[in-house]
Amino acid sequence: MRAGRLHGMRNGLLLGAVLVALWQLVYWMVGDTALSSPTATLRYTAQLVTREDFALHLQDTMRAFAIAFVLSVVIGLLVGFWLGVDRLSGDVLEPVIVTVYAIPKLTLYPILLLAFGLGLSAKVAFGVLHGVIPIMLFTVSAVRNTRPILLKTGYALKLSRPQLVRWILFPAALPEIFSGLRLGFSLTLIGCLLAEMFASQRGLGYLLMTGMGLHNIALVMSVTLMIVVFAGAASTLLLQVDHRLHRQHS
Amino acid sequence: MKRLLAYRLVVIIGAIALLEVLCVVGIIDRITMQPPHLIARDLFRLLASGRMNGAIAKTLTNTVVALALALGVGVTAGALIHRLRALRDTLDPLFAAYYAVPVFAFYPFFIVVFGLGDLPQILIAFMLAVVAMIVNTLNGLDRVPPVLLKTARAMHLSPVDTALRLTLRAAGPYLMTGVKLAVAYAFIGIIGSEFILSRGGIGYEISFAYNSFDNATMYPLIVLILLASIVINSLLTRWEHALLTRRGV
Repeated sequence: MRAGRLHGMRNGLLLGAVLVALWQLVYWMVGDTALSSPTATLRYTAQLVTREDFALHLQDTMRAFAIAFVLSVVIGLLVGFWLGVDRLSGDVLEPVIVTVYAIPKLTLYPILLLAFGLGLSAKVAFGVLHGVIPIMLFTVSAVRNTRPILLKTGYALKLSRPQLVRWILFPAALPEIFSGLRLGFSLTLIGCLLAEMFASQRGLGYLLMTGMGLHNIALVMSVTLMIVVFAGAASTLLLQVDHRLHRQHS
Repeated sequence: MKRLLAYRLVVIIGAIALLEVLCVVGIIDRITMQPPHLIARDLFRLLASGRMNGAIAKTLTNTVVALALALGVGVTAGALIHRLRALRDTLDPLFAAYYAVPVFAFYPFFIVVFGLGDLPQILIAFMLAVVAMIVNTLNGLDRVPPVLLKTARAMHLSPVDTALRLTLRAAGPYLMTGVKLAVAYAFIGIIGSEFILSRGGIGYEISFAYNSFDNATMYPLIVLILLASIVINSLLTRWEHALLTRRGV
């Protein structure tokens, strides 16, 4: 276990080093017009994070992301449990949801903009649109795959429906639900950032688009770097929890 | 089975009918959305006029090029990485975190390096699609039963024969899952970069129509993309199920 974690950390560090080396190499190849070097980007980032307007952008993104993720989790779990427990609704609706999952949701952004206007609600809606479906689908399959013996025990103990969900279905389905949450986390973040890129006047995504528009490469690179580091760190952490939950169960 | 399909149809038609009613009554106003029957009519007119043929051809060509690259590179890289344990251990965190990173952030960089042509879009779509293919190739190769490979060795099959007759068949369904994802990602990559900055294609036309409040063009185009992706996806899903059944999973 400990050795495994050390091993994982070494791999992560190695990967990071290789990526930075690659970045430096590409920088040497293409030069200042297209790329800022790792050190220059770090310097710019250090300067950027102390700026007052940056704090506002960051806050905006974080607020939208937090609301969107909470909504995705709540809606995803509710619908997931409903479709998982009620066989008929599940059989009817699950394929429809799977299909919706596969469509390029980016194309829907003009509709969301028209419906929600520029601002927080459009970002949240776009985040939820991306994040809610994996949570739903994983919950449905987790609930359905609960071992029948567990449910029989619940019936034998004469548990009520809410008790059955609280004490049997939820704990049994937790590892798989967590996998859904992990995916939902990343996708909600992407959804919010994309909404900011296309349809917003604040937030990190907006900062990216401004950087592109003004040809401010250092700005684009340092925002990208921050997003990559945050997303990478968060998803690595969630993956570890995920693995541990799955191990405990099996 | 038939009953389920009927229920599903009722749900879908019900949803469209609800939209229609909301639009006609005026709860959803005309600036926000047109009633579905008008969208259908406009879509038919748009396709019949041939006005969008250029854009459609451009988007499709780019998607297919990016997809072909992603599939070729993805399967090859997947097979290589599967052989090299240390490389795989190192890359695993990258694969796990990859789709949490907005790849579109690299688009401006590609435009600066390669110019505002098709290449930056194809690269973005390729970057999105290739990792799904690599991950699913690895997954498929992991699930090839070891006994098959032992049999191949016992029978002195050449590596090419082993790959074609055993590995490919056993890993087929998982490769198919990768293909399905890669198609979706390639499509998203092309259309997304057309949205951001481009000189043509369906994504460009949608954002152009949006910016000029031209709902009569925007909604039909969005519906066209949705329909295309749904049809392609369900065809691939069906194929995937067929492969799974044949393999007996």
